[in-house]
Amino acid sequence: MSHDHDHHHHDHSELSETELRVRALETILTEKGYVEPAALDAIIQAYETKIGPHNGARVVAKAWTDPAFKKALLEDGSKAIGTLGHVSRVGDHLVVVENTPERHNMVVCTLCSCYPWEMLGLPPVWYKASPYRSRAVKDPRGVLADFNVTLPKDTEIRVWDSTAETRFLVLPMRPEGTEGWGEEQLAELVTRDSMIGTGFARTPGAPS
Amino acid sequence: MNGVHDMGGMDGFGKVEPEPNEPMFHVDWEARVLAMVRAMGAAGAFNIDTSRFYRETLPPHVYLSSSYYKKWFLGLEEMLIEKGYLTRQEIAAGHAMQAPKALKHGKFDLNQVERIMVRGKFARPAPAPAKFNIGDRVRAKNIHPTTHTRLPRYVRGHLGVVELNHGCHVFPDSAAMELGENPQWLYTVVFEGRDLWGTDGDPTLKVSIDAFEPYLDLA
Repeated sequence: MSHDHDHHHHDHSELSETELRVRALETILTEKGYVEPAALDAIIQAYETKIGPHNGARVVAKAWTDPAFKKALLEDGSKAIGTLGHVSRVGDHLVVVENTPERHNMVVCTLCSCYPWEMLGLPPVWYKASPYRSRAVKDPRGVLADFNVTLPKDTEIRVWDSTAETRFLVLPMRPEGTEGWGEEQLAELVTRDSMIGTGFARTPGAPS
Repeated sequence: MNGVHDMGGMDGFGKVEPEPNEPMFHVDWEARVLAMVRAMGAAGAFNIDTSRFYRETLPPHVYLSSSYYKKWFLGLEEMLIEKGYLTRQEIAAGHAMQAPKALKHGKFDLNQVERIMVRGKFARPAPAPAKFNIGDRVRAKNIHPTTHTRLPRYVRGHLGVVELNHGCHVFPDSAAMELGENPQWLYTVVFEGRDLWGTDGDPTLKVSIDAFEPYLDLA
């Protein structure tokens, strides 16, 4: 358990103070007519139910099975995803980068928490926390070891520090043993971490 | 600004600790904070760069010891006070005491939710031709503005190569200070790991940032 996850400490006095302050702020914003609480509920509900890594997984699975889509996706991620009706819309500038046996891509935001929300949902705590943000650009193999991921020594590692308006999505390698699989079946092998570059797609039969 | 938020390359923060089956929110108030920040931003109380700047300017010990959404909350509260949307007295009382300040886009209600589920567009028409071409060697400027910037410290002074051109975008350094959008060309610039971290660095590593044109000089 990390020292900066203060919400894990079950420090009730600190927690309840924050909770009271957050509630007070919402009361003031509501009383002043700035926000409607039901609209805040709807934002939260959308994050909880509509957007998540399943969106990215569908895109990856399609790229694995449809060479023309994959080409379009690597040329202009936002535009290619825009042609799919079944995933959430993406904003400006999603760049998709492909993992190969020669090159492994990994995404970080050293300055804050830039992340392709539309494709992966809200980022996990570790992505936004100091250990990942500080080390990913300097010692990516060490970071990968924290995820139990080992790469061959001569594989090039490319770290994309998402510092501005661009969001990056990693297209992981298609696992072996999936010849003839359909998109839906393949999508189940695509993990969130594999689309950040801190993991691989699952291999068939491996525990999820 | 050279704050603790600019973490790339710092040592001593320990291991990355993935949490199996991590919930979307660990406590309910985190979700309320996320929603309030999105709502007040969409209503026009502030832009995204300003909100980032308020989080960066939290005192270093507060920044480092607060959870992610706690930082969002502290930044939001301070920003809304300084911009006149509420007062410290109201915070202390937990209730509205003064008339509201008009919001640029009006009250954030249910009808606004759908539009904010897609990230805003920050691309803008080009005010001038791009200075750099793909393949150009560029040097990240050695600058240390005390205000908001998206040029991380670890690349300053280093040589890199322009790899992608993303077009013109709102310039965060200006927008954060409410000095206008001042659109600038944005490039992906790639650096050799050993140029950044020395000869002990991983020889297979390349790191890129997205750099706005004013951050770069032709090498």
